[in-house]
Amino acid sequence: MAGAGGGNDIQWCFSQVKGAIDDDVAEADIISTVEFNHSGELLATGDKGGRVVIFQQEQENKIQSHSRGEYNVYSTFQSHEPEFDYLKSLEIEEKINKIRWLPQKNAAQFLLSTNDKTIKLWKISERDKRPEGYNLKEEDGRYRDPTTVTTLRVPVFRPMDLMVEASPRRIFANAHTYHINSISINSDYETYLSADDLRINLWHLEITDRSFNIVDIKPANMEELTEVITAAEFHPNSCNTFVYSSSKGTIRLCDMRASALCDRHSKLFEEPEDPSNRSFFSEIISSISDVKFSHSGRYMMTRDYLSVKIWDLNMENRPVETYQVHEYLRSKLCSLYENDCIFDKFECCWNGSDSVVMTGSYNNFFRMFDRNTKRDITLEASRENNKPRTVLKPRKVCASGKRKKDEISVDSLDFNKKILHTAWHPKENIIAVATTNNLYIFQDKVN
Amino acid sequence: MLSKGLKRKREDELEKETLAVDAWWLGPRPPAVAQAPPAVASSSLFDLSVLKLHHSLRQSEPDLRHLVLVVNTLRRIQASMAPEAPLSPVPSPPPAPGAAADSLLASSDAALSASMASLLEDLSHIEGLSQAPQPLVDEGPPGRPTSGAPPSLGALDLLGPATGCLLDDELEGLFEDIDTSMYDSELWAPASEGVKPGPEAGPGKEETLELDEAELDYLLDVLVGTQALERPPGPGR
Repeated sequence: MAGAGGGNDIQWCFSQVKGAIDDDVAEADIISTVEFNHSGELLATGDKGGRVVIFQQEQENKIQSHSRGEYNVYSTFQSHEPEFDYLKSLEIEEKINKIRWLPQKNAAQFLLSTNDKTIKLWKISERDKRPEGYNLKEEDGRYRDPTTVTTLRVPVFRPMDLMVEASPRRIFANAHTYHINSISINSDYETYLSADDLRINLWHLEITDRSFNIVDIKPANMEELTEVITAAEFHPNSCNTFVYSSSKGTIRLCDMRASALCDRHSKLFEEPEDPSNRSFFSEIISSISDVKFSHSGRYMMTRDYLSVKIWDLNMENRPVETYQVHEYLRSKLCSLYENDCIFDKFECCWNGSDSVVMTGSYNNFFRMFDRNTKRDITLEASRENNKPRTVLKPRKVCASGKRKKDEISVDSLDFNKKILHTAWHPKENIIAVATTNNLYIFQDKVN
Repeated sequence: MLSKGLKRKREDELEKETLAVDAWWLGPRPPAVAQAPPAVASSSLFDLSVLKLHHSLRQSEPDLRHLVLVVNTLRRIQASMAPEAPLSPVPSPPPAPGAAADSLLASSDAALSASMASLLEDLSHIEGLSQAPQPLVDEGPPGRPTSGAPPSLGALDLLGPATGCLLDDELEGLFEDIDTSMYDSELWAPASEGVKPGPEAGPGKEETLELDEAELDYLLDVLVGTQALERPPGPGR
């Protein structure tokens, strides 16, 4: 059962690593999003080059049950291409910002992928048989003269090598002036929202030439702009409810039944600033980089620069839980402002049972917090531990004073090695962690 | 100065140096202990923020979140450096003819970019960004940022309420090198400067002048129209 604990209860083991081995990272290969589908059988990644790679978990080997199925490449396709906006003389990046899976309704799989401006609905379908036995063509492929065809031969489907095809079924374009940061599929499975810096639009999956604007925070005078939208998500169960977070550390919950334009929130979640921690960088570090509802829908989690907060939807004035991701960076904020790391946008995720949350950090570290035991653990995604079923050793950062053996001092951290994207299998203890250009898959130790 | 984070060597001397540099920003204290920052920011932090704003604006399509966060931080620093002066709102940009033509084709963020650019211009006029930032040793001993303030700090005091006035005074200065003969008509000079007589011209030239005035009217209408368009339409669109 997923979520036994993030501390000493689960032993995380290396399972697989995908991507180039060498340190010379091609810009296009930088992973920009990671997402499991609803069953966990498929794992999708998007990269800066506009490609989507989908991995499929192979069926569990009943004999060798010491590990769960491996993830192998299932489909690779070019989702977005770089575009040029001639009116503004701007190039539109092909980088995939987000991927969201639709629940499976038939044999085919569907996902939404988006870059800064355009969202696409992709259909991924399998073909493992083809019709054979036509008598309409010659051996070389030319069509026979119809008068020479004297028998009616019905072709028969014969098995062929599995072919996985990805085809774009819908293209939702020209609805966003600013950069899209989030997409979220509604629990009605018919509509979805897309959010950019200033606006949120509601779409119907079948309709591409229209979308409804449901949130607009653009001021009449752009000089008055002080806040942008950073993330948005639909509630997992209430199809009329969604939340969006801002660069000022607030989360607004909106009810679409209240009005067509949801500029007025139903609830505003904000924690008052701790006066002892005030600095010139207070606003920047309070900027929320990710917001995720729990599977139950009762809680939501937000990620700001230094912490992860769990909010009860019934309590607006403060989070119910706060976890420090890398508090040792608080004294380094000025340097991090100087090198722009303070603007890094980390994501966060829940495990299947909502008992453990996970997020990334620097030096290829990632952190897990067990909400029940209150234990936390720091692990590293590194090729040094890449023997299968090697149990990952917990890591520790030494903030100050004498560094113990095996500890790493803050100043030795590599700030170029950041883990921004992580994903947790919806049902099992399998996690996908993206470093700059590699995807690591870890599993809990199965005895 | 704006180097990306590099892996530092695990050397004690370097660690101490780094810690000292970091501590300098926030006053002398052990790094683990959180402490309230000094009431006044150093001008180096100000310069750094202005540089970041510059860099952000130079992008073909600025990252709005980055821009907004830097501007807000800059305002905080600015406010702390001139505490007596109330924070003036960012002044609206003068409709310079060059910018007018650009804004026809530019995105609706032209106003934002223009205002940010004008803020930068004001800051650079006063700060003299062309000169190199003051070296550390001139900033005074760490932990006492209020004493030994660099000379530029005095000039920053003007940044408060004077910014708006400064712009008005410099309005003429901004247009000094632009040939204003085209625009010398009642429509284009609302200020009390008085209408300069148009140049003596033959019938052909007069015609050209009228055409140009018509173009100007059109430009102005479009500008006003663009501003109107930027206001969000009512609900139920």
